[in-house]
Amino acid sequence: MSQTLRIIVLYAAMLTAIALVGFVQSWPLALSILNLCLISAIMALGVNMQWGYGGLFNVGIMGFAALGGVAGVLVSLQPRPEAWAAGGAGLFASLLALGVTIVLVAWLRPRLPKRIRGIATFAIVIAGYFTMRSFFGPAVDAIEAQDPAQFGNIGGAGLPIILSWIVGGLFAAGAAWLIARIALGLRSDYLAIATLGISEIVLAILKNEDWLARGVKNAAGLDRPVPYEVDLQINKTFMNFADTIGMDPVTASTVFVRLCYAGLFLAVLAIILWLAERALHSPWGRMMRAIRDNRDAAEAMGKDVVRRHRQIFILGSGVVGVAGAMLVTLDGQFTPGTYNPLRFTFLIWVMVIVGGSGNNWGAILGGFLIWFTWVQAENWAPMGMELITSGMADGNALKSHLLDAAPHMRLFIMGLVLLLTLRFFPKGLIPEQIRR
Amino acid sequence: MTDILNALVLFANFVFIPGLAYGSQLALGALGVTLIYAVLRFSNFAHGDLMAFGTAAVILFTWWLQSLGVSAGPLPTALIALPIGIAVAVAMSLLMDRTVYSYYRKVRAAPVVFVIASVGVMFVLNGLTRLVIGPDDQRFADGERFIIRARDFKEMTGLDEGLALRTTQVLTVVVAIIIVIALFRFLNRSRMGKAMRAYSDNEDLALLSGIDPKKVVFWTWVIAAGLATVAGTLYGLDKSFKPFTYFQLLLPIFAAAIVGGIGNPVGAIAGGFVIAFSEVTVTYAYKKFADYLIPGWEPEGLLQLLSTDYKFAVSFVILVVVLLVRPTGLFKGKVI
Repeated sequence: MSQTLRIIVLYAAMLTAIALVGFVQSWPLALSILNLCLISAIMALGVNMQWGYGGLFNVGIMGFAALGGVAGVLVSLQPRPEAWAAGGAGLFASLLALGVTIVLVAWLRPRLPKRIRGIATFAIVIAGYFTMRSFFGPAVDAIEAQDPAQFGNIGGAGLPIILSWIVGGLFAAGAAWLIARIALGLRSDYLAIATLGISEIVLAILKNEDWLARGVKNAAGLDRPVPYEVDLQINKTFMNFADTIGMDPVTASTVFVRLCYAGLFLAVLAIILWLAERALHSPWGRMMRAIRDNRDAAEAMGKDVVRRHRQIFILGSGVVGVAGAMLVTLDGQFTPGTYNPLRFTFLIWVMVIVGGSGNNWGAILGGFLIWFTWVQAENWAPMGMELITSGMADGNALKSHLLDAAPHMRLFIMGLVLLLTLRFFPKGLIPEQIRR
Repeated sequence: MTDILNALVLFANFVFIPGLAYGSQLALGALGVTLIYAVLRFSNFAHGDLMAFGTAAVILFTWWLQSLGVSAGPLPTALIALPIGIAVAVAMSLLMDRTVYSYYRKVRAAPVVFVIASVGVMFVLNGLTRLVIGPDDQRFADGERFIIRARDFKEMTGLDEGLALRTTQVLTVVVAIIIVIALFRFLNRSRMGKAMRAYSDNEDLALLSGIDPKKVVFWTWVIAAGLATVAGTLYGLDKSFKPFTYFQLLLPIFAAAIVGGIGNPVGAIAGGFVIAFSEVTVTYAYKKFADYLIPGWEPEGLLQLLSTDYKFAVSFVILVVVLLVRPTGLFKGKVI
């Protein structure tokens, strides 16, 4: 089967599966699955750039997605001048202290005799840290004391939330730049552990720094790029339209809103896919593959491997950040407590591996297929368990335990899918194709 | 003088003893990671979940024993269940090796493929653990037992600060010491231990001198799974068992193994204590401590360097600094 035909058949099958959900279960559900499939596909594209083009093993995807999410909050919330008045100066002062410390260390280190270099650096860092904390602590307390039940944060820029998709990408890319400075260039295992650590730290910061985005108190009621269902239900034109197609108003408005989201997400996916494909089939893409497949040879040809790796790492993380911001836009709230590495990091990895590493169309398909399975497994697993335990008497302790635990089967299933793909179809559903 | 004693007791109670227990648990975990890295040459992302899986088996048997009324006297019942839990974890590890890793060894796959496979194993073990025991917090120590209670200590010494010493903390350290001694005797004295070290040092030479790689791999998994179960059970007895917490332990464990020098067992132990004590000392609030030592100083705030929520950050920062300054780790390990 030719590659194109394969793509068409698999994509058609995927869309049919989602349409079946619409017919059998409900259309709002099918569309909500579709929307999350689209976001997952964008995340998978980002990871595919890093792994498929560059061979970088990044397991900090959760952190980048969360950084994108926080952009959604900081861009869209209404500004809160009273919070800035209370603690803004302190925040800037602590930022300044941080900057001065970094500059001082960077400037002084090469100029000091080797004997005292370590101690001096340590002393400057410690002094800088305490100076920063002395401004930071009171400023944060002042901000968090401002109407803590409802706000207690610095608010946002009050801009349309769609802008946060770009800002989120930039946030994630900035973090990636920092990580790349530290961690790239070492062996793959270390990059994996480093990114795992950084994503945990990012989440810890977002959970605990209430002044930034309210932490685990959650920032809810974010701006929406699409109309609200309640507004549609009182809109005459829309009601007439719903009447003519014979849908009840509530369902019609939900479907309409979710279709709007789907349209926006599809547009973003299309743009990123187009850019990614162009890049992959350009001399730059060939160079990346050359580096991935034979690093030494590429280096011998004068390619700056570490620099290219840094570039692809930043690009891929940026794409994940965009998807993270889109996810928060769709949810309408930012809930740092719900970010979990199994769902936000390792599941995305399953998508890329199953879809076909190195192939953008494959990554998108993987995103759709795995998200679809992940969501639907929540329904299937109890049904399957029902079947397995049907022979047991009702009220049997083992039966009720198994039924309760059934939703966790999906972790097991995902592991199995990953292991089986890696073993029997290491190239994935849509293998990488190299055009000559 | 009493002030200084009070300060010391405070420090021992909240920093030294918890740090020692936590360090022993991390050291046992890191030993498993380091052994797998030394022999099989990959970072095993499933180690945290292997710990959780083994511990879940221990907990189930402990409950069963408790329901039968069996107890180990002053020691936790979990100790009787431990060998069974180890057996379950070893069986699972060997099954995973047979079905997953052995194929990649045969085709000589790149190390990163092993790591991705270990992510798959991680999912499988995670799902199984949650299926068996659920995702919630479980306690399986037979109630809190103390060797010294804080109140008794105060009465005994007449100090203002109490020192509480729980059975589980002492048990953790004692078990860790016994296991480490046994492990080093095995690695240094026994035939198989020597074979493992030889295989880790130079695979080709080891094969040439007639060492059976299958046996080496077999014993590596047996030891790693045993260590993981012991570490997990001790951690669960000391704190509590929750599958997700065990998954998160992966980070400090990796940090300990790398900081000590990955592939080096002595390093894993040192790394475990370095990470544990840094986490505890950096996140401890020193206000009361300072009150005793410097009377009359009324500091603002708690004198806490970092809030406890950032303990992961501590292990990570140490990891980064060690890798930048001394990539082989404190004790000479392999560079990754």
